[in-house]
Amino acid sequence: MSGSLRTWLLDEAPHSRGQARAGAFYRQWLAFRQNGLAMLGLSIVLGLVLVAIFAPLLAPYGPSAQDLDFRLQPPSQRHWLGTDELGRDILSRIIYGARITLGIVLLVVATVAPVGLAVGTLAGYFGGWVDAVLMRITDVFLAFPRLILALAFVAALKPGIENAVLAIALTTWPPYARLARAETLVVRKADYIAAVQAQGASGLRIVLRHVAPMCVSSTIVRMTLDMAGIILTAAGLGFLGLGAQPPSPEWGAMISSGRRFLLDQWWVAAMPGIAIFVVSLGFNLLGDGLRDVLDPKRE
Amino acid sequence: MTTATEPAKKRWTLAGSASAGLARDVAATAAMVAATLLGLLLVTFFIGRVVPIDPVLAAVGDRAPAEVYERVRLELGLDLPLWQQFWIYLKKAAAGDFGRSVLTANSVIDDIVRVFPATIELATLGTLIGVVLGIPMGVAAAVYRDRWPDQFVRVFGLVGYSVPVFWLGLMGLLVFYAKLGLVAGPGRLSTGFEDIVDPVTGIVLFDAAMAGEWEVFQDGLRHLALPACLLGYFSLAYISRMTRSFMLEQLRQEYVIAARVKGLSEFRVVWRHALGNAMVPLVTVIALSYANLLEGSVLTETVFAWPGLGQYITQSLLAADMNAVLGGTVVVGTVFVGLNLVSDILYRIVDPRARR
Repeated sequence: MSGSLRTWLLDEAPHSRGQARAGAFYRQWLAFRQNGLAMLGLSIVLGLVLVAIFAPLLAPYGPSAQDLDFRLQPPSQRHWLGTDELGRDILSRIIYGARITLGIVLLVVATVAPVGLAVGTLAGYFGGWVDAVLMRITDVFLAFPRLILALAFVAALKPGIENAVLAIALTTWPPYARLARAETLVVRKADYIAAVQAQGASGLRIVLRHVAPMCVSSTIVRMTLDMAGIILTAAGLGFLGLGAQPPSPEWGAMISSGRRFLLDQWWVAAMPGIAIFVVSLGFNLLGDGLRDVLDPKRE
Repeated sequence: MTTATEPAKKRWTLAGSASAGLARDVAATAAMVAATLLGLLLVTFFIGRVVPIDPVLAAVGDRAPAEVYERVRLELGLDLPLWQQFWIYLKKAAAGDFGRSVLTANSVIDDIVRVFPATIELATLGTLIGVVLGIPMGVAAAVYRDRWPDQFVRVFGLVGYSVPVFWLGLMGLLVFYAKLGLVAGPGRLSTGFEDIVDPVTGIVLFDAAMAGEWEVFQDGLRHLALPACLLGYFSLAYISRMTRSFMLEQLRQEYVIAARVKGLSEFRVVWRHALGNAMVPLVTVIALSYANLLEGSVLTETVFAWPGLGQYITQSLLAADMNAVLGGTVVVGTVFVGLNLVSDILYRIVDPRARR
């Protein structure tokens, strides 16, 4: 059974578009599987997703359940990663915090990637003044110091997790637009685009159906590599008190409140930081691996 | 002799209208810089307008009588149409006037001039560490590709890309300051040393050395060590990674084979010929990483209570002191644009092809 599936996937002469697509995907997966570090990254990211989904089942305590007799306890059998100043279980808070982190990353990426893709492909395909205007705007945003701009946005909109997402999104999209534009400039001259044009397809249809799909794989790579940066920025905003606000188990905010006890109860600040580190390392490893597989220009 | 055959070919085709091309380049760059700065001011202007803080109340306090309120409102030009307000904002910004900070009661630009040297000191030292260690590491990674030096540099860099800077700073303080006592704690100088040296340049090491106060110099260095190493690490992660990829590109070129065939030592081939050409794009990378450190110091400065621009901006933010925040943003943005421009110019100087 699995043998025949494998031959069907690796068929040199696929009989349908679906088979060709599945086959290409399977070959990329085979290449990806060879890369040990990338597989480690994939498992970390999958682990994050599972932890976020099943947080209530996995966490031994609630995220804000207080155990006032056990405040600032070091890691023990009862509390694996210790407790914070209100006797809350740090492990449980980190597990629930995975939901916030994943939520931020997905929200930012879901807003940023389509916007960047749209701006880049439109500018690249239509050229002329459309290109000039869109790219000038992109350059202006690209020239900004990202973190400081995000800080200013959050300050203007008042601190909070939604505004942190918005601020990060506003400062993250320009590289996507540049990337998509560069790809579009290459694709635009291809014969198959000329063929679609000859068949009378409208400009918008060509961009959406025939140009944008070609830019998707590089956008995915860039997205995965960016996710680590998004996590770090969100945590930084939380740490400065401008992102998620304290009772929420956001990892950056947890470090910020654990900072007061750094010298005597180090685990309060140390543990959430380890979580941030592991998760962003996971995204970086995954992104590196995906780039090796998906980027055909590499060597 | 070191330049490859391929660049030489390119130079011929480009040589056509040399001076006209240069003039056009300069004009295009100037227009680009102007557009970016205008965009920067436009964005900060609108951020300043959407803030739910009444600028008049912020200036006069909430117990001021109605006529004072109205007078200040007119003085601030808030009754004018938006485009006129923006024009006034532009003119003031060009003169370096970003209003008064509510928090410190000084004019924002004076505050910035006072705190900026601390940030520059930190970022410069960090970039220096990144360049001095990062380039050799990147070269080693490229030369020993896929062997242990490469893997080491790769993992070392990936950790740098993945670790939150503020957390690493806290852990550094915990280990090297609290537990081992190797470095000094937060701040720029210990309490006893604070007012010994006049802040001539505002850069502690410089001022102390000029005044011959070597104890102050040492104390300053002990305070600088940890945050500078921290920023240096992030700069190193970036620089070594880029050095590796530029070097790999150069080592594939035919002139490298030619140099080896001529019998040059491997050392000379790698460090003179290949690195010499890899330095061209690296200049841009180093300038970019310097700009990033100036900005990235926001979190580092908060952790180390470093009285620089980053800390100034965050403290103003938390106090809802918008004049200071936006002034700081404009200054950092301008420095950013300036550094990009400098790297562009340096690129032209270093690259013989661009020096037409």
